[in-house]
Amino acid sequence: MTHDYYPLFYTFNFYFFGVAAIASAIAFVTRKSPVTAALWLVTTMFSLAAIYILLDAQFIGVMQVLVYAGAIMVVFLFVVMLLNLGHPSEIADARGKVPVLAAALIGIALLAEIMTISRTHIEPHFAVAPGYAVDQLKQYGAVGSVARPLFNEYLLAFELTSVLLLVAIAGAVVLGRRKDIDAS
Amino acid sequence: MLAESLALSAVLFTIGVIGVLTRRNAIIIFMCVELMLNAVNLTFIAFSRYYGAAGQVFVVFVMTVAAAEAAVGLAIIISIFRHRQSVNLQNINLLRG
Repeated sequence: MTHDYYPLFYTFNFYFFGVAAIASAIAFVTRKSPVTAALWLVTTMFSLAAIYILLDAQFIGVMQVLVYAGAIMVVFLFVVMLLNLGHPSEIADARGKVPVLAAALIGIALLAEIMTISRTHIEPHFAVAPGYAVDQLKQYGAVGSVARPLFNEYLLAFELTSVLLLVAIAGAVVLGRRKDIDAS
Repeated sequence: MLAESLALSAVLFTIGVIGVLTRRNAIIIFMCVELMLNAVNLTFIAFSRYYGAAGQVFVVFVMTVAAAEAAVGLAIIISIFRHRQSVNLQNINLLRG
């Protein structure tokens, strides 16, 4: 475990947004209405964006707000609106006893892993020098420090992403098309 | 802040898993999957401070895949809703033997 020094203000903000993320995530899975759930999920994503910025990933924090809270959640809300999912028959959706029991078991198992995870230590062989992230930020800026590895080591993966997006667009159009309108 | 970030990520992932297992509304289950992806992103960001900026690049890719997945998945949900007039997974049992 590393023992870096963090100012009180930093620690307070980290815990504040961490608690906000967990609280709104719990509110998100317990709400009945899809619209309320989606808005709580947006709160979780904003809190996570703040934590990304606290963890020296400013560009990812901005992307989180733009892509997740902005684009993806708006698409979800559009679909909820399009399907008119407010009926009482759709809202009552909690499952029976067996899945809830399975969820509780898996939850306990995953939470037990936290104990193991919290005792993690950084392999000095692979780790970068302390303060590396801050140095990168000073040297290349928030966007440049992400863009340099993205367009050097991971250029092929980045180019393949464009194919993935093209396939997704084509798939969404084909799946969402209405057959009866096409015929006329 | 590494241990705290990893613990937060584990708690968020657990909440996402519990949501997937206990809800029946397909759209809410989908949003729970997004929450799990976010938890994984937090792990990448937390480790990227110690292992270099590659973790942040991975988060960019995860976000792209999440956007593609949301587009295709919601199109599938819309198409199921046209057939069944429902997004309740209990009513969608075409593959049941």
